[in-house]
Amino acid sequence: MPLFGVEATFWALLGPFVAAALSPILAKTLKHNASWLLSVIPALVFLQFLSFVPGVAEGQTFKASLEWVPTFNVNFSIYLDGLSVVFALLISGIGTLITLYAGGYLKGHKNLGQFLSFLFLFMGAMLGVVVADNVITLFVYWELTSLTSFLLIGFDHLRTRSRRSAVQALIVTGGGGLALMAGLILAGYQGGSFEMSELLNSGDVLRNSPYYTPIFILVVLGAFTKSAQFPFHFWLPNAMEAPTPVSAYLHSATMVKAGVYLLMRMHPVLGETSLWMTVLPIFGGITLLVGTILGIRQTDLKLVLAYTTVASLGLLVMLTGTSDPIAIQGAVLYLFAHSLFKGSLFMVVGTVDHESGTRDLRRVGGLFKAMPITGTAAVLSALSMAGLPPLIGFVAKEVLYDGTWHAMNGGLWTLFAVLGNAMMFGLAATVAVKPFFGELVKTPKSAHEGPVLLIAGSITLAVLGLIAGVFVASFGHAILSPMTAAILGTPFNKEPHLIPTSLSPALFLSVVTIGLGVLTFMYMDKLRSLTIDILRIIGWGPDKGFDQALNGIIRFSAWLTPAIQTGSMVTYMRATFSVITLALFIPMILTGNWPSLSGLGSLYIYEWVVVVITVIGVYAVLTARYRVTAIVLLGIQGFAVALIYLLFGAPDLSFTQFMVETLSVVILALVMTRLNLKPTDARSSKGKVFDLSLSVLCGAGVSMLLMSIVQLPFDLTLSEFFTQYSRSIAHGRNIVNVILVDFRGFDTIGEISVVMVAGLTVLALTRVRSKTKSNSTTEN
Amino acid sequence: MNTLILRTVAPYLTALMLLFSVFVLLRGHNEPGGGFIGGLIAVSAFAIYGIACGVSAVRRAMKFHPMSIAASGLVLAVLSVLPSLFLGQPAMTSQWYAVPFLGTAIDLSTPLFFDVGVYLVVVGAISSIALSLEERAD
Repeated sequence: MPLFGVEATFWALLGPFVAAALSPILAKTLKHNASWLLSVIPALVFLQFLSFVPGVAEGQTFKASLEWVPTFNVNFSIYLDGLSVVFALLISGIGTLITLYAGGYLKGHKNLGQFLSFLFLFMGAMLGVVVADNVITLFVYWELTSLTSFLLIGFDHLRTRSRRSAVQALIVTGGGGLALMAGLILAGYQGGSFEMSELLNSGDVLRNSPYYTPIFILVVLGAFTKSAQFPFHFWLPNAMEAPTPVSAYLHSATMVKAGVYLLMRMHPVLGETSLWMTVLPIFGGITLLVGTILGIRQTDLKLVLAYTTVASLGLLVMLTGTSDPIAIQGAVLYLFAHSLFKGSLFMVVGTVDHESGTRDLRRVGGLFKAMPITGTAAVLSALSMAGLPPLIGFVAKEVLYDGTWHAMNGGLWTLFAVLGNAMMFGLAATVAVKPFFGELVKTPKSAHEGPVLLIAGSITLAVLGLIAGVFVASFGHAILSPMTAAILGTPFNKEPHLIPTSLSPALFLSVVTIGLGVLTFMYMDKLRSLTIDILRIIGWGPDKGFDQALNGIIRFSAWLTPAIQTGSMVTYMRATFSVITLALFIPMILTGNWPSLSGLGSLYIYEWVVVVITVIGVYAVLTARYRVTAIVLLGIQGFAVALIYLLFGAPDLSFTQFMVETLSVVILALVMTRLNLKPTDARSSKGKVFDLSLSVLCGAGVSMLLMSIVQLPFDLTLSEFFTQYSRSIAHGRNIVNVILVDFRGFDTIGEISVVMVAGLTVLALTRVRSKTKSNSTTEN
Repeated sequence: MNTLILRTVAPYLTALMLLFSVFVLLRGHNEPGGGFIGGLIAVSAFAIYGIACGVSAVRRAMKFHPMSIAASGLVLAVLSVLPSLFLGQPAMTSQWYAVPFLGTAIDLSTPLFFDVGVYLVVVGAISSIALSLEERAD
């Protein structure tokens, strides 16, 4: 593949996985300095995607495709437009900074290599999600992000809480992923293509399809679980158990935005319907308010940020849900701004935690003098989060107010946005002011500025937020307008301005927000105790519900397993044969296709001999006194069947039947000697009668099935094919063997694999048995 | 069953049956027989030997662990799929080569190797089951 151009993107997608493979080796030799070297890879990926920006700004899109499973229309294809390029830039750009930060944060940790490896695996998966064109490719990457997120949250796997959080995140996002898969496949069939780029043109087909509602619900379930929308928001704050680089990268800047990405991506296809414009803004709005209110309750800085992330995601979903062009431009601006300021703030909190030993906002203060660079990053990012000029967050807020104000049902959405943003203002102020200003509070460690690795990321992102705000017009033209156009599916040229051009309602709303925000900040402690009290009264939340659901499943299986697995062989056999009997008779009863009994008596004399042998065999089995004798006598039946095969001209089958019968008798007899069974039958006479009737019914059923099959007109196509070609194609005269080793050789591979596995299983079982036995003998 | 007569005859009987099993395996493509049946005959041969002379004697005679024999058989069967892939044909297309041998020609083919693989899997897996069960019966 070429090293430049669209095709080179495949290399860029491979890059993080290469880095993942290199990480453990490099971390072993270079320790934390490995991240300097490793960050080159995401930086190169960033440059590759940057090369698309001029083209995308002119409205071009890029596509490339590799065949994957052509039989099922599954291609490894990529599609680059305004939306995917911006996401890819955020992922690789912030990824570069996080790689450095991770090196500083986990300096001296013995599993640093493993951590970086997981981080790169995630980066590769996330890049795949945003550039994938084929929906199956997208789904595979989507699930891969859930898996890598699981690994990263559970990185500190010795702690119960991180394990629980990891499992919770996996169940919630993985479950949503399954819904998404169903939704995407349904959309693919309705839209007539599994390529997203082609689906984007068939929006009207999908919107008018009778399957629109199920597709919508399934896709939205996928997006809501991933982007932590109410009522699935609970996993995200729990995911803060992960080391801070993970929280900064996955759980604020990138992965949790995958759901928002999906909604934006599908907007031209599924959006602009009343369902879309009702469900999304309502859930988004609720998430926004729930997130900020729950954020006020927290005193752990990291958790404060986590809940504001939930709130921001809610805001993004709400804006995307309005389907209003200006609101969507606001969403784009806010998404961009949020990735910068939230990524930065998480890194700041991590640095504070790392250098001072605590991240409880009641136990830190006045750190600005000790940590000026981190403090500056915190202030800049918090200003952006609060939506104050001249930062990008301010522009975003202006545009999104403008959008909600003019959108359908705009009053309600504007109210949500203003309330949410005001509380966010308060929380932003808390995060920046509490740790860095005011009186110096004595912290567990005496704080000082972090090393370059720890501060590079946060200050870079914070300054970028400032630059983006000041030069928002050119940023808008190059990056944000193409993205807005991609979400809307129509060209979009309205450029954002830092300085409001007119006295609009948005400006007024901003002033209201700031006013309310200042109030929130001033009464933060009071509000906190108030929310704590209210939540105590409610006393239940989805997080608790998750545990209850999980416990319910465990209890159910604890009840079900012993109910089914009684451990009694007799029960198992009865159940098995009852099911077989039912399966045989129910179709005959339902369809009324009983076999005709004519032609039964006309047997040749030698056939009668076989019948007599069989009957004698049955009699002998029934009257046998010992179990072993009965097993050996059962062999008579097998030999009688082999005789029948022989008489009807199937020497191969007959041959095999003889051998199989002999060996089954030998092996059964061996098994019997090993089981601790009484030599004679110990069943009650009632049980015997039940078993006898069951076996008679089962036998009758099989006979009748065989008779029905024989009475069907015989299709000779296959036999003729094999007879005709056995010699000419497969060079063999024995058709049975030719079928086994050539025509249907693939089946045979499967069969011998089964034989192999059966052999291994028996070996394992006998070993387990002998082990427990030797243990019990030593105990005795 | 551990009679003097059986113990004396068993080694010869086993040898003959093994020889016969290979014969059945090789004739399989044109006459009744094949890897599966051949394998089952070989297992019966080992079973007789085991009943007469004990499990450890059988294990010694087999040299390798039965499951290793089965595994090598599975590998052989899967390997016989590959030549067709290298020749750009659909997987498992049979390849035939006539090798001249003392004035006549011997047909070597991928299905033959495949069948030998089946034979080894059956011999290994089933005798492993029989032996591990018999071992405890001692």
